[in-house]
Amino acid sequence: MRQITASGQTIEEAVQSALRQLNTTKDQVTVDVIDEGKKGLFGVFGSKQAIVKVTKNMNPIQQAEAYLKNVTTKMGVEVEIKTTVHNQEIVFELVGEKIAILIGKRGQTLNALQYLLHLVVNKKKDHFYTVVLDAEGYRKRRKETLYSLAERLAEKAIRTRREVSLEPMPSFERKIIHTALQDNNRVETYSDGIDPNRHVVIKP
Amino acid sequence: MKALIETIVTPLVDFPDEIVVTEKEEEHKITYHLTVNQTDVGKVIGKNGRIAKAIRTIVYAAGSDSKKRIYLDIM
Repeated sequence: MRQITASGQTIEEAVQSALRQLNTTKDQVTVDVIDEGKKGLFGVFGSKQAIVKVTKNMNPIQQAEAYLKNVTTKMGVEVEIKTTVHNQEIVFELVGEKIAILIGKRGQTLNALQYLLHLVVNKKKDHFYTVVLDAEGYRKRRKETLYSLAERLAEKAIRTRREVSLEPMPSFERKIIHTALQDNNRVETYSDGIDPNRHVVIKP
Repeated sequence: MKALIETIVTPLVDFPDEIVVTEKEEEHKITYHLTVNQTDVGKVIGKNGRIAKAIRTIVYAAGSDSKKRIYLDIM
């Protein structure tokens, strides 16, 4: 329960009633007055109750978690979300049965969700968080795949003495490739193209 | 599906009350049409359509088990 509409004889009474129902205190909510109410004649005729809308304030992390839960539920996937915050990085980990739908081909659905979460978290400009969305250890598996892909294509570049272009990837995946080959002094890596077509090139 | 689109878009815009999603069903496809307040258009499309692309990716993934092809029109 995050938002409630309550009524009372006065605005104050209505707010108090809402706070009781939300089980919270006044400093943690935003109050919107819908109707100020009227005392009416002798307090009987034409009196109108005050109506207020009270919304519980959530920090951006809770907001993002609620958003993630909402979206996945409406996609028809039941998931459990484990949230960890470390410095400026928020990691949401999804655990559930139909998780494959949420990952998609080469993680495209997961990356799309991660991007939207990033927008939700950083909508207000007074803070900045990096958002990582993971599902059933997908990011770790992908990292291993990218490492072996990088090694293989580096060998190919050296063998053929030609540059090898990889397929377009999001920035955090390109970074994995660069990192994988940074200690390999037989090849150089750089990124070419403009997002969303930016990709790594391995140069012998 | 309409609810999904609304859920995705609501926190992105400044005027959530003005989000309208309509549905048009044809023989082989279902088209969803999304409109938002004029000032919010950029917030659902994004630079080079990046946000629009992300929204579509999720909507299409959710519609992957339906028999009909799903499309999402924005504005």
